[in-house]
Amino acid sequence: MSAPSAIAEISQETLALSKRLFLQLKRRPSTLVAGILQPLIWLVLFGALFAKAPMGLFPGGGSYGKFLGAGVIVFTAFSAALNAGLPVMFDREFGFLNRLLVAPLRSRYSIVLASVLYITSLSLVQSLAIMAAAWGLGYGWPGGAGLLVVIGTLLLLVAAVTALSLALAFALPGHIELIAVIFVANLPLLFASTALAPISYMPGWLGWLAALNPLTFAIEPIRAAYLGQFAFDAVVLEAPYGALTAAQCLLLLLVLSAGLFLSIRPLLDRKLS
Amino acid sequence: MINLEKIYKRYGSVSALEGFSLEVPKGCLYGLLGPNGAGKTTALRILCTLLAPDQGRVFIAGLDALADPRGARAQLGYVAQEVAIDKILTGRELLELQGSLYHLSAARSRDRIAALSALLGMEEWLDRRCGSYSGGMRRRLDLACGLLHDPAVLVLDEPTVGLDIESRAALWDVLQQLRQQGTTILLSSHYLEEVDALADRLAILDRGCVIAEGTPEQLKQQLGGDRITLRVREFASQQEAQRVQQIIQGLLGVSQVLINRAQGHAINFVLEGQGSEALLQLRQQLEHAQVPVFSLAQSRPSLDDVYLQATGRTLMDAELAAISSRDSKAEKKQAMR
Repeated sequence: MSAPSAIAEISQETLALSKRLFLQLKRRPSTLVAGILQPLIWLVLFGALFAKAPMGLFPGGGSYGKFLGAGVIVFTAFSAALNAGLPVMFDREFGFLNRLLVAPLRSRYSIVLASVLYITSLSLVQSLAIMAAAWGLGYGWPGGAGLLVVIGTLLLLVAAVTALSLALAFALPGHIELIAVIFVANLPLLFASTALAPISYMPGWLGWLAALNPLTFAIEPIRAAYLGQFAFDAVVLEAPYGALTAAQCLLLLLVLSAGLFLSIRPLLDRKLS
Repeated sequence: MINLEKIYKRYGSVSALEGFSLEVPKGCLYGLLGPNGAGKTTALRILCTLLAPDQGRVFIAGLDALADPRGARAQLGYVAQEVAIDKILTGRELLELQGSLYHLSAARSRDRIAALSALLGMEEWLDRRCGSYSGGMRRRLDLACGLLHDPAVLVLDEPTVGLDIESRAALWDVLQQLRQQGTTILLSSHYLEEVDALADRLAILDRGCVIAEGTPEQLKQQLGGDRITLRVREFASQQEAQRVQQIIQGLLGVSQVLINRAQGHAINFVLEGQGSEALLQLRQQLEHAQVPVFSLAQSRPSLDDVYLQATGRTLMDAELAAISSRDSKAEKKQAMR
């Protein structure tokens, strides 16, 4: 008897597990809707709050809305990815994970992989909806090549945040704790980034925080793409510790994602073995 | 088919299994009987590779489950005590997911789902979402999940707890059919009558050890004489029961006199000999000793008596003690990964 290939078996497992998550989403779309509604409200309210700010006050020379767009798009993807751990946590709590663990899975990383696939698609769909809304509000559109930059950048950020959230889902005792962490992390990370205001407007300490915040590394290349100024070697961030090019920002995100996935492996191995 | 050898397992300072061993022959329907908290679930979790033992060895169908857990899992269908189903999926979707996790082809999965839904009577509601299922329907679906890949060994943890009588009878039927088809079945239960009616062999588990093992008939025959339950009144006091216990201990042909708290301080004892003649003599002795009699019942030894004999308490008593000392929070933690 020839053993079926590992790749065939792992993809069978992963596809079946992701199908379950997508079926859940289709039948209970409130996560999808809320994940679009919340940033949309931010976009409209914050955009209106500074609507009368003088033109040219914000970098790039456009309206505040144009400045804000990139920040809210990143925030959308970030929030979606931060919730990646919740389905896993509920499976742990309700014993569904045990059902998966008694099955002869070729690799138990199929469970992780399915979550990553699901949350990546979900956050991209939500981000695209917000991009469309920003376009409708007159906050611009990045164009074809710009769209690739936006999606690529978001994928890197989503990968990092998903890794973090999945690790929390296995490390924390229950969903109450996980939701508490998500709740506490969400807004401060938004405010301590360049989503709502440029570093030049911030007091020194906050500028430092924003310049170290991974959200900023995602926001600035996307903002450059929206302004039509994106190039890998173009400086997109004037940080207190020096200027960063778009390529450096993306590299930092890549290193962060890879580093997080590597560092949560021992935890996943322990919990899934 | 199943071999557990000298398993030890502790949770912190609490010892769940202490040198637990079990051997289930091929094609046998085997019962694991014991009160709540005796270690049944822990033993089954270890068998199903959900939990690693501190010490000991586990073999399933000749495979070392600790060295080759994936191979062992493929041989095994596990129906857990807490029914974990996804409310949002339909029964069929859950089974299809299960099929993919066991690497069945789409065609094989379809055939098995059709066969099992006929066997378990699930056709009518299989395409409804699981959230709307009754307890009995969930249990049947869960059993179907365990059987989908046609495992050589089926393990069920307390499969009939909380089931209505009809669903229970249906489940018993299915289990007996499966055994006839050659599936090896291990089921845990704290219902005596269930194990007595179903099992070819059984082990009685108490505080992490097997205290008796054999066929139900063997175990009962080892106990010898008839069991007598005497009630001096409907609800006797402890003191009165103790007084009567002393009197009875002095009677001829009587042994193992115990007070059964769960039955309102009834007196349980073993009477040498059998039938009405022995009972008649007992009656005369009781009258002579001026023991009041509310009821006097005589029976052949039951599995409960096997348990009583081995542990000094009835299963019901152990059950009551276990319930009051349960730590549900700690148990949930054990069950979670």
